[in-house]
Amino acid sequence: MAKILVFTETTGDNVKTVTLEILGKLNGHEVDVVSISNLSESSITELAKYGAGNIHQLKGNHLEHYTPEGYSQALKSFIDGKGYDYVFTGSTSIGKDLIPRLAGMFDAGMASEVTNFIFEGDTFAGTRPLFAGKCLAKVEISGPKPHFITVRPNALGLAESPSAGAGSKSEASVSVDQVRASIKEIIKGASEKLDLTEANIIVSGGRAIKDASNFKILNELADVLGATVGASRAAVDSGYAPHSMQVGQTGKTVAPSLYIACGISGAIQHLAGMRTSKCIVAINTDPEAPIFTKADYGIVGDLFDVVPLLTQEFKALLG
Amino acid sequence: MNIFVCVKQVPDTETKITPNSDGSFIETNSIKWIMNPYDEFAVEQALLIKAANSGSTVTVLRVGGIKDTEALRTAMAMGADESYLVEADDNLDSYRTAKALKGAIEKSGKNPDLILSGKQAIDSDSLQVPQLLAQMLNLPSVSVVVGFEQNGEELTLKREVEGGTIEIYSVKTPCVVACNKGLNTPRYASLPGIMKAKKKPLTQLSLSDVGVTAEDQRVKYSNFQLPPEKPPGKKFETGDNVASVVKEVVGLLRNEAKVI
Ligand SMILES: Cc1cc2nc3c(=O)[nH]c(=O)nc-3n(C[C@H](O)[C@H](O)[C@H](O)COP(=O)(O)OP(=O)(O)OC[C@H]3O[C@@H](n4cnc5c(N)ncnc54)[C@H](O)[C@@H]3O)c2cc1C
Repeated sequence: MAKILVFTETTGDNVKTVTLEILGKLNGHEVDVVSISNLSESSITELAKYGAGNIHQLKGNHLEHYTPEGYSQALKSFIDGKGYDYVFTGSTSIGKDLIPRLAGMFDAGMASEVTNFIFEGDTFAGTRPLFAGKCLAKVEISGPKPHFITVRPNALGLAESPSAGAGSKSEASVSVDQVRASIKEIIKGASEKLDLTEANIIVSGGRAIKDASNFKILNELADVLGATVGASRAAVDSGYAPHSMQVGQTGKTVAPSLYIACGISGAIQHLAGMRTSKCIVAINTDPEAPIFTKADYGIVGDLFDVVPLLTQEFKALLG
Repeated sequence: MNIFVCVKQVPDTETKITPNSDGSFIETNSIKWIMNPYDEFAVEQALLIKAANSGSTVTVLRVGGIKDTEALRTAMAMGADESYLVEADDNLDSYRTAKALKGAIEKSGKNPDLILSGKQAIDSDSLQVPQLLAQMLNLPSVSVVVGFEQNGEELTLKREVEGGTIEIYSVKTPCVVACNKGLNTPRYASLPGIMKAKKKPLTQLSLSDVGVTAEDQRVKYSNFQLPPEKPPGKKFETGDNVASVVKEVVGLLRNEAKVI
């Protein structure tokens, strides 16, 4: 049994779903949770249900906003001397930026963005995609402990722990002396929806959308499904959508349970970002479009006919 | 300013990847190598900063295989002044890569004012090296940068996070900046640039020259394999019956795939 710490972020009053995925998968180990943002009562209950033991809330100066130096120093001072074998967190904007820096403070190794893992005794063995998902490999970590791991959101799935954890919360003060790269301002994105990297359903549009205003029909479908809207690079480069919506090799890697590709040809760089989607629906006028070779359900047709009908049909089913 | 840019040479995005026979890495023989696409934004940014700060130099660093120095020559053809290659396996782990980069910077004898890199290499997809390097050099870092303004030693950087939200950072040089698409439009190497690049200095170092040993290994990869192929899906021609096809697919999503 390994001694493990899971770092969690929050969105609103909830902990990020990836935290619960990690906890569920770590069932059978001694697992604590640590957070820098405030944990609500309901999230403590949630964490306990998924097996969290001690839950630590860190308090200190320079922690109002995320900064790589502030957060890494806070976690370093908390972790020191506690004897954790492993530290896990989600492969989120924060996780990706923070954990390598923190691992560097311990001269420790780090496995990025694993999509699955097992423990052989006390020893971690992960699986992760490389070359934009064209290949999978086993990843093992050596050197000083703790070892650090980030997990791709939506990859593990949710599994409640058969034995709930204690979920007892305590506060710890940490010292952060210097933050040289600090945030002056945060400009909120337009979307209140889950980020593409965390979304469970994604509706994406390609060059065939032809105009930024036509994303409206994708937004309508997304609203019915509680989905996030994405785009191909051709759509982004043509100015129909911002780069933050791009899925693919030079955009975001996503792992939703449903990915609906509308007027996207299925170029290798697009597939690189979305091929691990559990179920893929493709809508394309060209029956030979490569996307159809990856789609679970392919609809050969005009997206401007198909998408509004899909919206109607889902509305009838879910509404 | 002493500007350093870390570049990696990676397989072209179109490349078909095949695991090698013992699964320890991929077949590298017939691969077309390119400069990591995100590193192009870093090189371009370095050149823009150099143009705005007379007397600056741009030094390009790469840790990797020796066979092909294309990425370094490309960066110099774009306008970088000199480069360093630390010879190593192409699948070196991030910890050793960062340590080698730090060693190469020290070997150059120049104090870095700014270290730029891509936000990620598109082969290992680890997103560790810029942050690790910053930590090893005890410098601040900002990653996934899509906006860059300089005012003397003060930098204002835009970092892109979830949901298209932008965090605006203020940081003083020296620091490490990891660049994302959208930051700038990388220039092409001109023909005179390519000719000149052939004469620019390229210093070759070994891992031991930069103080990296076998004990520095932190991550080991094995069992490289192709992802399992999905069984072929179902394809529907809509013809005149768009509505009934849509109805059928929605039904399948609910009852067969169970994703709705
Ligand atoms: C280094 C590099 C990185 C890249 N990174 C990415 C990346 O991150 N993400 C990405 O997506 N691409 C990326 N690309 C680009 C990629 O190669 C393709 O150019 C791009 O994915 C094509 O986008 P598309 O499918 O929307 O456009 P197209 O290839 O133009 O496809 C449009 C499709 O729409 C269909 N169509 C047309 N009209 C309709 C209609 N009315 N209804 C339904 N279907 C219709 C057509 O049959 C066609 O299949 C990258 C390329 C390179 C070289």
